[in-house]
Amino acid sequence: MSTILVKHRDDLASKTGMWFFLFTELLLFGGLFIVYSVYRYRNATAFHLAAQELSVFIGTINTIILLVSSTTIAMSITAIRKQNKKFAVVLLGLTIILGLAFLVNKYFEWGEHFKEHIYPGSSILALRGHGDVLFYGLYFFMTGLHALHIIIGLIFILVITISILRNRITSDNYVLLENSGLYWHLVDLIWIFLFPLFYLIT
Amino acid sequence: MSTQKDIEEPSYLDYKGKYKGIFSWILSTDHKRIALLYLYSILAFFATGATIGLLMKFELIAPGKTIMTAQTYNAFFTLHGIIMIFAVVIPGLPAVFGNFLLPIMIGAKDVAFPRLNLLSWYFYVMGVSLVLISQFTGQGPPDTGWTFYAPYSFRTTGNMLPAVFGAFVLGFSSILTGLNFLVTIHRMRAPGMTWLKMPLFPWTLYATGWIQLLATPIIGITLLMIIAERTLHIGFFDPALGGDPILYQHLFWTYSHPAVYIMILPAMGAISEIIPTFSHKTLFGYNFMVASSLAIAFVGYFVWGHHMFTSGMSSTALYAFSLLTFLVAIPSAIKVFNWIATMHKGSIDLQTPFYWAMGFIFVFMIGGFSGLILGSLATDIHLHNTHFVLAHFHFIVFGGTGFAFFGAMHYWYPKITGKMYDSRWANIGLFLFLTGFLVLYGTMFYLGYEGMPRRYYDYDEIFHTGNIISTMGSWVLYSGLGIIIINLFASLKSGTKAPSNPWGGKTLEWSIPSPPPVENFKEIPVITKGPYSYK
Repeated sequence: MSTILVKHRDDLASKTGMWFFLFTELLLFGGLFIVYSVYRYRNATAFHLAAQELSVFIGTINTIILLVSSTTIAMSITAIRKQNKKFAVVLLGLTIILGLAFLVNKYFEWGEHFKEHIYPGSSILALRGHGDVLFYGLYFFMTGLHALHIIIGLIFILVITISILRNRITSDNYVLLENSGLYWHLVDLIWIFLFPLFYLIT
Repeated sequence: MSTQKDIEEPSYLDYKGKYKGIFSWILSTDHKRIALLYLYSILAFFATGATIGLLMKFELIAPGKTIMTAQTYNAFFTLHGIIMIFAVVIPGLPAVFGNFLLPIMIGAKDVAFPRLNLLSWYFYVMGVSLVLISQFTGQGPPDTGWTFYAPYSFRTTGNMLPAVFGAFVLGFSSILTGLNFLVTIHRMRAPGMTWLKMPLFPWTLYATGWIQLLATPIIGITLLMIIAERTLHIGFFDPALGGDPILYQHLFWTYSHPAVYIMILPAMGAISEIIPTFSHKTLFGYNFMVASSLAIAFVGYFVWGHHMFTSGMSSTALYAFSLLTFLVAIPSAIKVFNWIATMHKGSIDLQTPFYWAMGFIFVFMIGGFSGLILGSLATDIHLHNTHFVLAHFHFIVFGGTGFAFFGAMHYWYPKITGKMYDSRWANIGLFLFLTGFLVLYGTMFYLGYEGMPRRYYDYDEIFHTGNIISTMGSWVLYSGLGIIIINLFASLKSGTKAPSNPWGGKTLEWSIPSPPPVENFKEIPVITKGPYSYK
C-alpha cells in the first residue's frame, strides 16, 4: 500500500553532510601541512631562499582573485534567495571566470618554473640540494592538489549554474548552491594558508 | 509479539522497484539491499583472503620451500593484508550490519543519503578491483606488506600503483559510509529517541563514523604521496632526496591505528546488542558503555606511536605513547566488565549468537592483554615484528571483529533473511572455528616469544613443532568456517520461517516483520523507553 517512496528533503542534513565532508578535506591537506612543517623545520635556510624565488605578485593576484570569487558565489546565494535568477547566474558566471583566471595564472607560473628546469625529478633541481628539492616538491604537490580542487569546484559551479537556468534550483530549494559555495570557500581557505607558506614566509 | 500483520506490505526482498533482475540490486538505493551487496562482496573477498592465509600457513608447515617461492609468499602476505584490512574488517560490520540495521534501530526509513550509500559500494568494488588488478598486471604483484612502508614501496619493481590507488579508493568508500551514518544519526532518529535512548550498536557506529571521517583522509593523502613519490620522485619519504621514511610511518599509523578502532568498535556494539537479548536483562552500565565507546574513539587517535617503538623516536615520545596505549585499554576493560555484569543474574538463553559473544569476550581479552605486553616499552623490544605481534592482532582483528561479525550474522540472520538457520550445525561450526583459532594463533604467541619473526618465508628448525601445530590449527579453523558459511547458505532454502522476534529482543528491529518491508516502518515509532527495557 504505502510502497511508493515519498520524496523527502532535509536541507539541514545535506548541509551537515557537506560540513562533515569539508572536515575530511581539511585533514587531507592537514597531512600535507604536517609534512611541510617537518621539512621546513629541518631545512629552514633552503626553504627561506627558495621561497624568495616565487613571484609574490602572481601569488597576491591569485589570492585576490579567489577572495573575490568567494564573494561572488556568496552573493549569488543571496540573489537566488531574493528570486533574482538572472543576477545569480551572472554572479556564478563571474565566479567561474575568476576560477579560470586563477588556473591561467597558475599555468604561467608553473611554466616559468619548468623553463628553469624546476620540477619534481629534475636533475638540475636535484643539484641544488635537498631543501630545494623538498620545497619545490611540496610546492608542486600542494598547489597541484589545490588546483585539482579548483577544477572540481568549477565543475560543480557549472552544474549548479545549469540547474538554475533549468529552474531546478530555486528560491526555496537552493541547498545545492549553498553546498557548492561551502566547497568553494574551503578551496579559498586552503589557498589562504598555502599563499603565506610558500610565498610570504621568506 | 508484533502487532503489524500487514500482508499487503511486501518485504524488501520481494519488492521489485524500478529495475528487474540483478539491476534491482546493483541500482537499488534501499539500505537493506545495499547491505546485502556489501555482505556478498565482503564474503567473497573474505574467502579469497582466508584461502591465501591457508596457503601461507601451509607454506610454513616446514622450513624452506614447501609449495611456493619466497617472492610468492611476499606477494601473498601483502594481498592477504590489503584484502583483509581494507576490504573485509574495516567495512565488515559498519557497511553490512550498520547499513542494514542503523536506520531500523533508530526508527528511520533509510539512511540520510541513499544514493551516496550506493556510490560508496561502487567505490568499494572499484577499490578492490584495482587491488586485484595489481596482482596480474605490470612487473609482478606488490610485495611490501599492507603497510606500504617507505622507501621500499617506491623502490620495489612490484606493481604498486594500482594497489596503493585501490587502497585510496577504498578509503573514499569508507569516508562516505561514515559521513552518511553520522548525518543519519544526527538527523533521523525517531521522535523521542534522545541520544541516551539510542541502542549501543548505533552508538558505536557513531563513534566509528567520526574515526572514518577524521582519520581516513590522512591515509588518503599519505597514499597519494606514495603515488607521487613513485611517479614524480618528489622526495617526501626518500632519504636520497632529503625525505624521511619515518615520517611515512607516522602518517601511516596516524590513520591505521584509529582504523583498528573502526574495526573493533562496531564489533563491540554488536556484542552489546547480543548479550542483553540472550540474558533477558537490561545492559549493565549503559552510560558507561556509551562513554567508553567515545573514549576509545578519542584516545585511539593518540596511540599510533606504539607501532614504531623500534623505529627511532625520542624517549619522551616513547613514554607518552606507551602510557596512552595503557590508557586506551581502560574503556575496553569497562566494556568487558559491563558485558559480564549484564549476564549476572540474567535469564540466559544459550543460543548460537550468545556462544559467539562468549567466544568474542574470550579471544578479545587474550588479544587485549597481549596488546598491553606489546605496549610496554621493554617487552616490545623483544617481541617487535615477531609472530607474537601477528598473534596479538589476529586475536583482536580476526578474533574480535571476526567473532562479532559471525555473532552478528547469526543474531540478525532471521531478520535479514526471514529464515531460521540450523543451530546444531552452526554450533558445530563455531566449536571448530574457535578450536582452530586458538590452536592457530595461540601457538603463534609461543613462536613469537621464542623469536620467530613475522613475514618470513623460512625459519630455523627449532620453530618446526610450533609451526606444524599452528598450520594444523588453520585446517580446523578453515573447516569450521566452511561449515558455518555452508550452513547459513543452506538455511536460506531449508530454514523454517522466522518470526518477527525470534530471540525476544527489545530494540526496534525486532518490532517489524522479518524480513523487513521496503520502508521498514509503517508508521515511524515514538520512543518512550530506553533500548533494553527488560523487567
